[in-house]
Amino acid sequence: MTSRVKPVDKLMTLEHALDLIETCESVMFGGFGGVGNPPTLIDGILERGITGLTLIGNDAGFPDIGIGRLISERRVKKIIASHIGSNPVAGKQMTDGDLEVEFSPQGTLAERIRAGGVGLGGVLVDTGLNNEAVTKGKKRIMIKGCPYLLETALTADVSIVYAKKADKYGNAVYDTSARNTNPLVAMAGNVTIIEAAEIVETGELNPEEVVTPGVFVDGVLKSKGVNWTWAWEKK
Amino acid sequence: MGKEIRHQMARRAAREIHAGMVVNLGIGIPTLVADYVPDTTPVMFHAENGVLGTGPSPVQGQENPFLCNAGGFPITASKGASYFDSAAAFAIIRRGKLDMTIMGALQVSENGDLANWIVPGKRVPGMGGAIELAEKAGKVIILMNHVDKEGNPKILKKCTLPLTAAGCVNLIITDMAVLEVKTEGLFLKEVFPPYTIRDVQERTEPKLVLEDAVSGT
Repeated sequence: MTSRVKPVDKLMTLEHALDLIETCESVMFGGFGGVGNPPTLIDGILERGITGLTLIGNDAGFPDIGIGRLISERRVKKIIASHIGSNPVAGKQMTDGDLEVEFSPQGTLAERIRAGGVGLGGVLVDTGLNNEAVTKGKKRIMIKGCPYLLETALTADVSIVYAKKADKYGNAVYDTSARNTNPLVAMAGNVTIIEAAEIVETGELNPEEVVTPGVFVDGVLKSKGVNWTWAWEKK
Repeated sequence: MGKEIRHQMARRAAREIHAGMVVNLGIGIPTLVADYVPDTTPVMFHAENGVLGTGPSPVQGQENPFLCNAGGFPITASKGASYFDSAAAFAIIRRGKLDMTIMGALQVSENGDLANWIVPGKRVPGMGGAIELAEKAGKVIILMNHVDKEGNPKILKKCTLPLTAAGCVNLIITDMAVLEVKTEGLFLKEVFPPYTIRDVQERTEPKLVLEDAVSGT
């Protein structure tokens, strides 16, 4: 099949991506415990000296791994996450009042991000109803006699995503469990940048296998690869 | 806690896993449980970072750093495994497809309340996926030390730490005993040697109900 229309080429330089991140308030990131965090964009944020960020993502990584490096280097003023336990630096900054932390249960956080990505205002969730930290300030709604919490949707100025492979249009596939929050985050950015281990020509990915449709993506850049040592490698 | 004891607890927990189950294993001792499930028992292990069908640890040098369990340690995929995003990982939990979760705890109350996400002013790990797992899994098994580092009971009449979820725990396996939470009370099912029933009761705040089969003095 041939087409007369050529899809947009969204290849983006790291410099351009950082220009976008530099002007924004909130950055949503894909990844879980560092796995699936975009290493080259994180490095770029550190080198560019970008600071005062509000981060939204699953967790705070580890002090020397993934998104956690931005916290260790004090580039973050607030994080919305489900977990910061693997990054004691984040816990200390929180206790010292240097880092604002908003906790959301992990599955609820995923749905809040998904809701933002699919254009909803929020979701009704029946988990955490007995947890005061979760229910605080949230509206309770009865549906068919059962209580739910209204959890609001999350979007961000920029979403940064790590993919195994992307084409130049932004269609993306992920690497095993590095998929985690990445496809959800990819939809929830006002601007979404995909850092891919491999970039192929548009048309080379099997449409049947695409996880993130490129329409959600604004920029694609090549990853320089993970430059940190994983916790399990240190033993 | 000694290595032997950790494995004893894991081995005991593995006996709760039956053919056909979908099971989530938490970080720490629960991770060891998979090693004690016989190869002949078909089980799907769920990892909330987006894997159903996690397999044993890979051979050293053959790790895929992106294929990990929720604790960030490399795993393999078993036959029939699938990868999915975090929303689907929690859909499995929320939709009632998870038969069992095995996790650690800071405190458990006699009616099955669970506290394992924060020690105010001291530790602020966050709840992660513990709320969904505790509330929605078919069965919740807690693996933990019977007492805390200061020797205080962790099984209490009422939790003093902020709750993760209320009335969710079914079975508690400690270094000393196995206890079952029932509406009629907290039942002592088994006591591990060298401990006695009295030892367990002395280190447990609520009054234990003795199962007929429990031996010891």
